[in-house]
Amino acid sequence: MADPLIRFRDVTKEFNRPDGAGTFTAVDRLSFTIEKGEIVAVLGKTGCGKSTMFNLLAGLIEPTSGKVEVTGHDPFREFNFFRGKIGIVFQNDRLMPWRTAIDNVVLGLEILDTKQTEADTVARRWFSRLGLSGHENDYPHALSGGMRQRVSIARAFAVEPDILLCDEPFSSLDEMTARDLRAEFVRLVKQAGKTAVFITHHINEAMDVGDRIMVFHRPARIAYEARMDAASREGSGRQAVQDEILKVLSLEAGEGMPAAPAAVI
Amino acid sequence: MTLNPRLRQILQAAASTAVLLAAWQTASFFFPHYLFPPVQDIVARTVRILVNWPELKQVLETAMRIFVGLAGAFLLGSLLALPIGRYPKLESYITPFLVFLQGIPALSWVIIAIIWFHGTEFRIAFIMIITTLPAFTFQVLDSYRSMSKDLFEMTMSFRPSGWTLFRVLIVPTIIPGILTAWKINLGNAARVVVVAELVGATGGVGYELLRQQQLFDMAGALAWTIQLVLFVLVVQQIIVWIENWLLRYRPVSERAA
Repeated sequence: MADPLIRFRDVTKEFNRPDGAGTFTAVDRLSFTIEKGEIVAVLGKTGCGKSTMFNLLAGLIEPTSGKVEVTGHDPFREFNFFRGKIGIVFQNDRLMPWRTAIDNVVLGLEILDTKQTEADTVARRWFSRLGLSGHENDYPHALSGGMRQRVSIARAFAVEPDILLCDEPFSSLDEMTARDLRAEFVRLVKQAGKTAVFITHHINEAMDVGDRIMVFHRPARIAYEARMDAASREGSGRQAVQDEILKVLSLEAGEGMPAAPAAVI
Repeated sequence: MTLNPRLRQILQAAASTAVLLAAWQTASFFFPHYLFPPVQDIVARTVRILVNWPELKQVLETAMRIFVGLAGAFLLGSLLALPIGRYPKLESYITPFLVFLQGIPALSWVIIAIIWFHGTEFRIAFIMIITTLPAFTFQVLDSYRSMSKDLFEMTMSFRPSGWTLFRVLIVPTIIPGILTAWKINLGNAARVVVVAELVGATGGVGYELLRQQQLFDMAGALAWTIQLVLFVLVVQQIIVWIENWLLRYRPVSERAA
């Protein structure tokens, strides 16, 4: 079997408390692997360490102990190795207000030193795919929340990354827009054969998007894992997974939590 | 009737100027002209300076000194502010020095510059730079610190080189602060340059003011002062145009119009 694309090995991340009184553990001896082409939805309550795990994976912060590997490389220490290999869609769109919508999509390509004409062509193609045509020269403030998030998705996809990291990307949108974008996102990821880690705190979103669901308990330990197939996406199969997730989420961290990850459904 | 907001603003400014001029003209009827010269004398002297090349040259000389001083202070200030922003530990070493500089009056720098240096232009440039340097540094530093953590992380996710990060994120972030710094320091520089020229130059608006004082010519003193005010107003307006163009992405509420 091929090596996993992403591997966390006993990763712990501690932060200094703002009042200087010691440290707190955001991620505690976290271990998991993600295979190429998988979409893994990470689910958990607010403050359970999902975003810390996300930042570790993105190479934005360094683990206190343990090892994070993406394609066998350390995303924090080998920062430049990952140029163009990881695309991120954040919770808020994080568009640069001084750039037009199209220039925001071009940003990643510009950083990767892509020729301007080529970058422009790629950006326009993504614009069209995400239904944004006609808004190329609009500044972000003139776009609706859904359109802004589409621009940020286009920005992440435009650099053709191997891995997509999404941190609750649709949480600030209305349900209808979020549903459309979710479906669009899964279609684009599958079509391009990308690997994606999708963080969310909505059970249904995790079940719609993920090939696999990991439920986190504070401090970022996997309390439950479920593989989503055709049977578990619909009817009683879906209900069973949903009930299980609800049960796990309702447990206080540590209370009744298995020492090792629960069995995969 | 609803007036165009811009037109209303102009009319309001014109009205307050008219009141001031009327008050001055009234004073000129009751006081000797060496104290309150008539408005027409001041206007005539002001226009004469503008159309008489040797005199206009003095104004341009002062303008050039202001520009050189401000550009030097801006460059040095940015060179200090950006490393401080990047490496906050530097702040505890550099900030006390800048605060100390801020406390020294411009006139003291004039004396120090006269004792230290020989060339007039060098002295004036030194005074201009040293007096406006702290403000530029603090303002550029402040705008650097206002950089959005979210945008920084988003940009870093593409793994840019240091130069690219500077170009795509840092420069656009600090531009509003830089423009504000130029607007504020322009007024300060105009005041300081007059002091520097008054004491240590043989040309420029400050030198001409000294001459008018020796001649007891109030109309001349006011006309030369107006040159400086006009210069500041013109440059301020140019900065506003540049600002409007560079910051055109900013949304404006209809209520704010």
